[in-house]
Amino acid sequence: MSIPALCIKHLSKEYDGTLAVNDISFTIEQGEIFGLLGPNGAGKSTAINMIGGVSHIGSGAIEIFGHDNQKDCRNTRRQVGVMHQEIVIDNFFTIDQALRFHAGYYGVRDDADWRRQLIDRLGLKPHLHKVMIKLSGGMKRRFMIAKALIHKPRLLILDEPTAGVDVELRHTLWDFVREINQQGTTILLTTHYLEEAEQMCDRIAIMHHGKVIALEATGTLLNQLGTRSILVHLETPIDAVPGDLCCQGAELDAAGTTLHLSLSANQPTGDLLKRLCDIGLPIADIETRKAGLEEIFLQLTKAGRVET
Amino acid sequence: MNQHQEPPFVSWLPFYTLLQKEIRRFLRVASQTLITPVITASLYLFIFGATLGDRISVLEGFSYAQFVIPGLILMGVINNSFSNVASSLFMSRYLGNIVDLLVTPVTATQFIMAYTLAAMLRGLVVGFIVWLISCLFATLPWAHPFAALAMACLASFLFAQFGIIAAIHADNFDSLSMFTNFIILPLIYLGGVFYPISILPPLWAKVSHLNPLFYLIDGFRYALLGVGDLSFTVSFGVVTSMALVLFLWAACLISRSHRLRN
Repeated sequence: MSIPALCIKHLSKEYDGTLAVNDISFTIEQGEIFGLLGPNGAGKSTAINMIGGVSHIGSGAIEIFGHDNQKDCRNTRRQVGVMHQEIVIDNFFTIDQALRFHAGYYGVRDDADWRRQLIDRLGLKPHLHKVMIKLSGGMKRRFMIAKALIHKPRLLILDEPTAGVDVELRHTLWDFVREINQQGTTILLTTHYLEEAEQMCDRIAIMHHGKVIALEATGTLLNQLGTRSILVHLETPIDAVPGDLCCQGAELDAAGTTLHLSLSANQPTGDLLKRLCDIGLPIADIETRKAGLEEIFLQLTKAGRVET
Repeated sequence: MNQHQEPPFVSWLPFYTLLQKEIRRFLRVASQTLITPVITASLYLFIFGATLGDRISVLEGFSYAQFVIPGLILMGVINNSFSNVASSLFMSRYLGNIVDLLVTPVTATQFIMAYTLAAMLRGLVVGFIVWLISCLFATLPWAHPFAALAMACLASFLFAQFGIIAAIHADNFDSLSMFTNFIILPLIYLGGVFYPISILPPLWAKVSHLNPLFYLIDGFRYALLGVGDLSFTVSFGVVTSMALVLFLWAACLISRSHRLRN
């Protein structure tokens, strides 16, 4: 079994008496695309800052490809590329100059082919010799991706890379992320676009109030935690929800012709259908719909809020 | 698209790159970083060399222009070494792009040395240009040229360290400018740039000995003119000790990432 790309053990960080990250532990295997999700203030960026080396660790340990990122930080930092959530640029320099500098900071000699590939792939070529201050927001984001990759990191951290970017860039970015992942780069990403996380990530951890409240393979998370919505269309209207279905959280629409029911992931649909038939409802049609990550996310974070 | 194998690590490259970036930064805005300080120093030279200088005599055997030129050169060195680091590092903190360095394998030593050497270079370039312009007004005997070079290097090193310290402790632009306006300028003006300490009343002469800049300016003047209020050994010793203390202070801040990392 290969060494994990990232191993986080009991990581905590406190700011002004508040635990921003509260004893989290997880492992990311090499080659994975791992999503770290959570509402604003959940502790995602704090965790990422500790992994990337922007913040000191409060307590716990972080291992990157088997190396402790405190004791062996020079080695671990070389293996990681970070695209920060905020736009971080140096207005004095052009894209081309800044990319060369960034490779140098990592102790990597300028690889013109690789630099050119990044520039071409991210559509930076027309703006190569412009100083940063003259770039649009989207171009700055593209540059930041190139900057995070210029030293060929084995682990790429993307902290909300698509926040505030247009649809085109979002597609370009995700295609690119898939491509570099296929080349062997492990990806850790945070995003507010849960649909993207659902499509991109092999596994997902959901953070809330500094804790990891769910960590599963994306499919498992959707299957285990996702409820199914069932819409029962009736041939003739009824006055009220039949008593037998009240425990199912059934709701009747205003016209009395559609019943809305919820089924948990492990409840067989057949049982519900049998009950509907036993009641003798005049069923015209049945629709089922699986809950997406967004609903699961809301369900979990709402539950988390109630707990705390 | 192919991400090749992990590229080899060149340990000195982070330092060299940061140094190169810092040098390019000040060259990119040369009108602010090199030309402006030279114009300021030239105005002083004009006032004290070509106008008032003929009517003032403070040191036997030397014109007032000759007396004041070492101090003006050093003033250029000090101000520019300080402001190069202070503005660059503070702006990086203020704009947040310091994280670009924090996530890289740049070590604390490389960080300090790159910022320091770039600052020293700017300070010494300004000092050199001021000296060149001063040749229009007076010729200096260059009594001890290596000692002069050593003092100029020490001055730029010392104020580069002070620049690092100021950039880390400053909370905003106001507090950064306080370091210049309330510490460096008074120390320079009261440190004997424009007058020898020996002409002051005894009490003020003693107080001036508490000013660290006095040792720097006096030592540099001694190296250039061959005359000073103190022996060169004392000046050099005090300045070297100060440089060491400030270096250790700056190194301590950087190695602990004080106010750089959360």
